Amino acid sequence: MSSIGTIVRKEVKELLTPSTLVPILIMALVFAMIGNFASGVTVSLAEKPIIGLIDQDNSNLSRLACENLSENSKVIYNGSSVETGLSVVENESGLALMVIPAGFSSDILSNKSGTVQIYWEMRGAGVMDSVPLSTVSGLLVGMDRTISTSLMGDHPSTDPSIVISPTKINDTTIFKGREMVGISPLVISSVMSQQATVVPLIVVMVIIMAGSMVITSMGSEKENKTLETLLTLPISRTSIVFGKLIGAAIVGLVMAVIYMVGFGYYMSSMISGSSIDLAKYGLTIDAVGFILVGISLFLALFAALALCMILGIFTKNYKAAQMMTMPITFLALIPMFIIIFSDFSTLPTGMQVLMFAIPFSHPMMAMQNLMFGNTSLVLAGIGYEAIFCIVTMFIAVTLFKKDILLTGRIKSSSRKSAFPIASMIKDLISRKG
Amino acid sequence: MFAVEINDLVKSYGPFKAVKGISFSVSEEEVFGLIGPNGAGKTTTLRVLSTLIEVTSGKVTIFGHDLVKEASEVRKVISYLPEDAGAYKNMTGREYLKFISRFFHDLQDSNAMVDKAIAIAQLGERIDDKIDTYSKGMARKLLVARALMIGPKLAILDEPTSGLDVLNAQEIRKVIKKTVSEGTSVLLSSHNMLEVELMCDRIALIDDGLIIESGTPIELKRKYNATNIEEVFVGAVR
Repeated sequence: MSSIGTIVRKEVKELLTPSTLVPILIMALVFAMIGNFASGVTVSLAEKPIIGLIDQDNSNLSRLACENLSENSKVIYNGSSVETGLSVVENESGLALMVIPAGFSSDILSNKSGTVQIYWEMRGAGVMDSVPLSTVSGLLVGMDRTISTSLMGDHPSTDPSIVISPTKINDTTIFKGREMVGISPLVISSVMSQQATVVPLIVVMVIIMAGSMVITSMGSEKENKTLETLLTLPISRTSIVFGKLIGAAIVGLVMAVIYMVGFGYYMSSMISGSSIDLAKYGLTIDAVGFILVGISLFLALFAALALCMILGIFTKNYKAAQMMTMPITFLALIPMFIIIFSDFSTLPTGMQVLMFAIPFSHPMMAMQNLMFGNTSLVLAGIGYEAIFCIVTMFIAVTLFKKDILLTGRIKSSSRKSAFPIASMIKDLISRKG
Repeated sequence: MFAVEINDLVKSYGPFKAVKGISFSVSEEEVFGLIGPNGAGKTTTLRVLSTLIEVTSGKVTIFGHDLVKEASEVRKVISYLPEDAGAYKNMTGREYLKFISRFFHDLQDSNAMVDKAIAIAQLGERIDDKIDTYSKGMARKLLVARALMIGPKLAILDEPTSGLDVLNAQEIRKVIKKTVSEGTSVLLSSHNMLEVELMCDRIALIDDGLIIESGTPIELKRKYNATNIEEVFVGAVR
C-alpha cells in the first residue's frame, strides 16, 4: 500500500466510527419520515378537495356556482342544514362547508358582490396542515370564472368590476372546537407558525447548549484527570451527579430567560404588525399556562441534562464529548422540524407516539396546546417528562457508581451485543439482584 | 488495627483479570511500597483501595471500614493522588485548594488546611496564578499538597514525585515522611526504586496481578543478595 493509502486508511478508520455514523443514520431516518409525511400531503393535493355544499339561494347563478364546485370537488354534503353540513364535513375529514346564502344572485345582478359563506375545518396549525386548504381557494377561483362567463353572456350590463370579481368570501374558521368568525385558516396559520417556529427553536438551542456543557464537562474531567480526585472525596456520587446537573440547569435556565426576553420582543413586534389579535379569539395563555410551560421547559432541560450525563459517562476526552452531543441534538431537532411542519393532532399515530416519547417535544407543543384548551395533553407531557427525568437520573447515578465511569466502556460481553445499552442495563439489574 | 487489610482481592474487567487474588496489610504510620512492572496491577489495586473502581471479589478493610459497604466512611480517611492527576485549569492554585478543602469542612478547619497545603506546595506567589500556567512540576507539587493537606489517615500515592526534578522530589519525600510522623499511613507506588528504598518500611512486588514478593527492603536485599531494590526487582520479576 502506498504512503498516501496508508494515511487514507488510518483517517477513514479514525473518522468512520459508530459515533459518527449513528447520527447520520438517525438524520436520514428523520428525513425519510418527513418525506413520507410530505408525500401524503402531495397525494391529498392531487385529489379533489372534500367539501360540503349548501345552496340557500336556488337561483341560476347559485346553481351554476354549485355545479362548478361539484365538478371540481368531492361533495360529501349537499343539503340545507348548516349544522348537519358542519357535522358531516368534520366527521368525513372535509376541508370546508360552502354556503351560498339567499340573495346571492340578486346581489350580483344589482352590482354588488355575492357573498359565499365558508366554514373552514382547520385541523392543524403547521405548515403542511394549511396546504390542503389552499385547494379550496382554487375552487373559488373556478367558481368566480364560471359566474363571470355567465354574466358576460346573459347580463352584459353588469358592472365590469363585479364581472371580474363577482363574489366575496365570509370566513369562519373552526379549529379544535373553537369557532372564529371573520378569519381564514391561512391567517391563523401564519400567526401560529411564528410561535411554532420560535418556541421550538428556543427549546432546541437551550437543550443543545446546556446539554453540551454537561457532556464536555465530563469529557474535560476525564481528559484533565480531575474526575478521579473528585470521586475519592467524601461526597456521594449522587451529590456529584446532582451538583453537575443543577449547575448546568441554572446556566441553561439563564440562557432560556435571555432567549425568552429576545423572543418576547420578537413576538410583540410580530403581533403589533399583525392584522389579527389572537386574544380576541381567546387564543391566549393565562398565568397558570405560563407556569405549566415553564415547568415543561425545566423538566425537558433536566431530562436533556440527565441524558447528557449518561452520554458523558461514556466519553473518554473532550473530542469524544463533542461527538456525544450529536444524539441529543437530533433528539431536539426531530420534534422541532415536525412541529414546524405539522400540528401534533394531525400527525399519524406512529409519529404522535414518537413525538410524545421525546421529552423535548412537550415544551415545544405546550403553548399551542394550552391556547386551544388541550391542558390534559400538556399535563400528561409534564408527567411523562418527570418520569423520564427520574429514570434517566437514576441510570446516571447508578452508572456513576460503576467502573464504566472511569473506563468509559462496557465490559466486552455486553459490547458484543447488538444492543449494548440494553445489555448494560440488564447487567446492572442482574448485579443489583 | 491495620490501616489497610486486603484478603484475596480480585479485580476483573470483563474476562480480563487485572488483579488475581492478592493479600497484604499496611500497618498504622507505615509507608508501604507497591512496586512492579507496567501493567502488573499496581494502579488497579490503588484505584480499588481509593473506592474508584469496584471490587470483583475478596475483602478489603481500611481502618476497619469495609471498602464495599462503607465506601463513604473510607473516603473520609483516605487521600488519593493518581499518577497522572490534574487540577481544574481555570482555577488558581489557592482556589483549587479552597475548593477541595470545602469537602472536608465538617472534619477540619478549611483555612488551616489551605495554609498547610500552601506551605507544602511552596509555589510562592504563583499560588495565585491560574493552574493553566503551571509547569508540570508545579502542578504536581500542588496536587501532592492537596493530597496531604487534610492529614489523611491513609495517603494512597501513585508516583508522588512523577515529573519533579531531584530537588523538588527530595522536598516532597521529606513532606511525606513528616506527614507519616504526624500519624498518616502511606501506600505508595513508584517506578523510582531509590525512592521506594528511601521511603518504604515494607515493600510488596506485584507481577501479572499477583504478589510475588514482600518484606522490608533489608529482608528483600538479603534474600536476593542485592545491593539495592532495583536489583531485587529485576531478580524477582525475571
